[in-house]
Amino acid sequence: MSVIHFVIILPFLFALIVPIANKILPKVHTGWFVLPLPIAIFVLLLSMIPSIENGSEISGSLPWIPSLGIGFDVYVDGLSLLFGLLIAGIGSLVLLYSIYYLDKSKEKLSYFYVYLMLFMGAMFGLVLSDNLMVLYAFWELTSISSFLLIAFWDRRERSRYGALKSMVVTVCGGLAMFAGFALLYVMSGTFGIRELLETIPQLAEHKLFITAMLLVLAGAFTKSAQFPFHIWLPDAMEAPTPVSAYLHSATMVKAGIYLVARLSPVFSGHAVWLWMVSGVGLLTLIYGSYRAIKQTDLKALLAFSTISQLGLIMSLLGMGSAAAFYPGTSQYLFFAKATTAAIFHLINHAVFKGALFMAVGIVDHETGTRDIRKLGGLMAVMPITFTITLLGAFSMAGIPPFGGFLSKEMFFTALLQIRELSFASMQLWGSLFPIVAWVASVFTFAYSLLLVFRTFSGKAQFEKLEKKPHEAPLGMLIPPLVLASLVVMFGLFPNLLSHTLIEPAMAAIHFTGLQPQEQFMVSIDMWHGWNTELYMTIGVAIVGTAIFILQRRAAWVSKPLTNRVSLSGAYDDGQRLLDNVAGRLTRLYMTGSVRHYLIYIFLFLVLSLGLTMWLEGAFALNTEGMATTSFYEAVVIGALVLSAIAVPFANSRLMAIILTGMAGYMVTLFFVIFRAPDLALTQLIVETVSVALFLLCFYHLPKLKKELVRLPFKVWNLLIAASVGAVMTLIALSASGSRKFESISDYFIENSYKLAGGKNIVNVILVDFRGFDTMLEIVVLGIASYGIYALIRLKVKEDENDRPLGHDGMKYDVYAGIRSNDVILRTVAKLVVVLVLIYSMYLFYMGHHHSGGGFIGGLMASAALLLLAITNGVDKIARIVRVDFKRLTAIGILIALLTGTGSFLANVPFLSHTFGYFDIPLLGELELATATLFDLGVYLTVIGVASTILFTIGRDK
Amino acid sequence: MELYMSLAIGVLFTVGIYLILSKSLLRIVLGSSFLSHGVHLLLLTMSRLKTGAPPLLDEKAEAYVDPLPQALILTSIVISFGVTSFLLVLAYKAYKKLGTDDMEELRGNENE
Repeated sequence: MSVIHFVIILPFLFALIVPIANKILPKVHTGWFVLPLPIAIFVLLLSMIPSIENGSEISGSLPWIPSLGIGFDVYVDGLSLLFGLLIAGIGSLVLLYSIYYLDKSKEKLSYFYVYLMLFMGAMFGLVLSDNLMVLYAFWELTSISSFLLIAFWDRRERSRYGALKSMVVTVCGGLAMFAGFALLYVMSGTFGIRELLETIPQLAEHKLFITAMLLVLAGAFTKSAQFPFHIWLPDAMEAPTPVSAYLHSATMVKAGIYLVARLSPVFSGHAVWLWMVSGVGLLTLIYGSYRAIKQTDLKALLAFSTISQLGLIMSLLGMGSAAAFYPGTSQYLFFAKATTAAIFHLINHAVFKGALFMAVGIVDHETGTRDIRKLGGLMAVMPITFTITLLGAFSMAGIPPFGGFLSKEMFFTALLQIRELSFASMQLWGSLFPIVAWVASVFTFAYSLLLVFRTFSGKAQFEKLEKKPHEAPLGMLIPPLVLASLVVMFGLFPNLLSHTLIEPAMAAIHFTGLQPQEQFMVSIDMWHGWNTELYMTIGVAIVGTAIFILQRRAAWVSKPLTNRVSLSGAYDDGQRLLDNVAGRLTRLYMTGSVRHYLIYIFLFLVLSLGLTMWLEGAFALNTEGMATTSFYEAVVIGALVLSAIAVPFANSRLMAIILTGMAGYMVTLFFVIFRAPDLALTQLIVETVSVALFLLCFYHLPKLKKELVRLPFKVWNLLIAASVGAVMTLIALSASGSRKFESISDYFIENSYKLAGGKNIVNVILVDFRGFDTMLEIVVLGIASYGIYALIRLKVKEDENDRPLGHDGMKYDVYAGIRSNDVILRTVAKLVVVLVLIYSMYLFYMGHHHSGGGFIGGLMASAALLLLAITNGVDKIARIVRVDFKRLTAIGILIALLTGTGSFLANVPFLSHTFGYFDIPLLGELELATATLFDLGVYLTVIGVASTILFTIGRDK
Repeated sequence: MELYMSLAIGVLFTVGIYLILSKSLLRIVLGSSFLSHGVHLLLLTMSRLKTGAPPLLDEKAEAYVDPLPQALILTSIVISFGVTSFLLVLAYKAYKKLGTDDMEELRGNENE
């Protein structure tokens, strides 16, 4: 554990605390509870800057799944520090803003802050982790928390749609990325990011290299809303504005940028990487900026603007990777400048876009609309908001003296330089780069102007608004004001950032190609002289203004070119198609008929077992050493087979039940023949109790009609049944004829007395060697008995169709119905029951050494109770035996559980048993074993279960 | 003996599955009992039959029969008792509520 682990874990802890805090102090806005956290983390990260600046790294590790090479390892270098500061810094401001934005009385605040804390923790985890798998886990967690936040107003259909869409797109990308990480592991043998970076030279030659690269990029592009995966971002704007400002502009969408920057040392220097990253980036840049002009909703405009700006940063990272073609030369620094621009613009964008989102949120909050067709003239009533928007938008447009101007100039520089690259066909195509970027910048300029002037200048039309507009409260203005002042500060004093943040981040991205003793020296100046870049900017300003003016008059600027082709529509169609096909496919085999499902299961059984046997050549008939068959045994087999075959032909319930019982008793005989006394006893009682149970339900059970079914139905059933039977016969023969592995049974035979002090090996296996299985088994039994109780007691809703099922004059108390009038039976039963109960205790107690045990004893006791109930009627018994059998079940399970946990006192594993022999007067030598105590639990549970079942059914009226 | 037992196991499975595939609820419940009989005998037969004395150490025998399948079967008998009772009650309750025991009529359909 290190302090960095706490940075990641604390937000999750806060997510737990938020609902509690909300309960304790309901009057305080929940946001105040969580606000201190990001501020503290921000300060902590700031304090790390000096040591990071000196080139050191802070790291920590925590083992997680060492066998897979996955550890919760974290580290901070220049790049992760930069992102960490953004997350904490913008996070603090957004939290403060949200306190005023979200109404305490109207919104489910604790949900909101729980989601937000989840997101914050996941985001810290993403940028700070040193393990690709951990990074992936946090990556998906950001998708999930983003989903929850977009759907925060879950009553709106659009919110749910947007949430789902963002989730589908980003999670699909995430899965691709996961595959990419797995391939990287295959190539390098490590999930550790720093370790991965050490193996770079051998990676590029690997045949999976390009595949891994493309998969990783799919993750980055979906997350960072690159064309054509950008479709989710505009719909994500349904989220509350603080969320849009935080997740969908400043932090989460930058996770893709982070990933590209983080893995850039691995992939850079490869033409595919260069073209993919910078090409897709530029395409996104121009597409996003073009679409932004056509928007009428302020948030949609900002969404497309975000898409476009993310493309810009992405393309800069791509161009920066060109440096890797010239490792160890002066050219390296020359091309790496693009990365500097990327980092600088990343910071600038987070700052100005955060401010703009908050300002738009204020406009929305105070006027009730974000539609620029209804807005206008707000300058007079909202001067502070106007100023914030003006500063943010001018920075975005690249107008001096703001930060955005500087990074735009650096962007142009990078574009002009890339033409000089003599690799990756850049000399042929590189000239396109500045042209595309210049056009996109014109659009950017135009929509920036639109944003400011359509909203704040022009004719005031307040009558169209839902509310009377006025300036926002101070708390809502402070966060964007802080950001707006940063916009100015970074513009005037850019070098505030260059040594502290940009150089360490550069060092983290480009550490392979520097010449010895060389360092990144970043110095950003406002005035470069009259160079090409400046002329380009002037051109952008002129044409951009022209488009802004034309926008109202010319349809080609303001209207979409075509409505027919839409990526988002393609997504919708695709999803509908998927739903339909999946639905149709499912309906094809999910017929609702249990019989069909069973047929699938049995066919699969036959095919899998039969095929395996055939392919493995496993069938072996080995008659040698087979046991002999006596005449008596042959008769039993014959009786079993005959009674079984007769059941399907039986036409009355009674006959079918009795035949089944008969088969059961034959099986009992087999247990006797095959020297399994415990089994014989158990089966005998179970069979008796089951037959009684069937007979108890007898009157309620439906009459066994002759099944009127078509012949194919029967033939099919018979075929399937016979094939399973045949496969089972073959398995039985092969398994008994050959042995592939050494049996483990000898261990039990040898150690039963030595280790567990019991002579009945079967019982020792049950209560000692495999005690945990038995423990769970009695739990299952308990559940079954409670299930039966619940089923019987379930109040069946009286439908009009319900007809009484009894015949005339038939009593519903089934025990009364079959109660014997035989005085002899009734009298004898009383005596016998006492004997049986005592015998059951004997069976239970002697079970450790002789035949018997908890199961058999318990069943025997319930059989005694059953006999009593049959002879005397259940109500009478209920009066005499005042035991709540359901509770008995629970007590039994509890005893078993406590015996098991008792082992912990002796510091041995769960359910370890001990035993000893004691001399007790009168009784002689007596063994006391904890296993017996455990068996007592089993004994009680079985009595409880069997009696619950019998009595609930018997008393059902 | 193992040969005959294997054939008997095949018959038990066949009958059990044939009953389970039929339409009447009662037959299905009975079928499940046959299925468990089949499984129990299968487990027992797998370890060869009559190879020694019952697995009680007091017998002081040279060889014992395999105790492991017996432990498995004992567990299974008790569990199948629970399952059979539950099925039975379910069948009886379903019949009482819906007035039919025909599985084709009880067929679930989400479009209903």
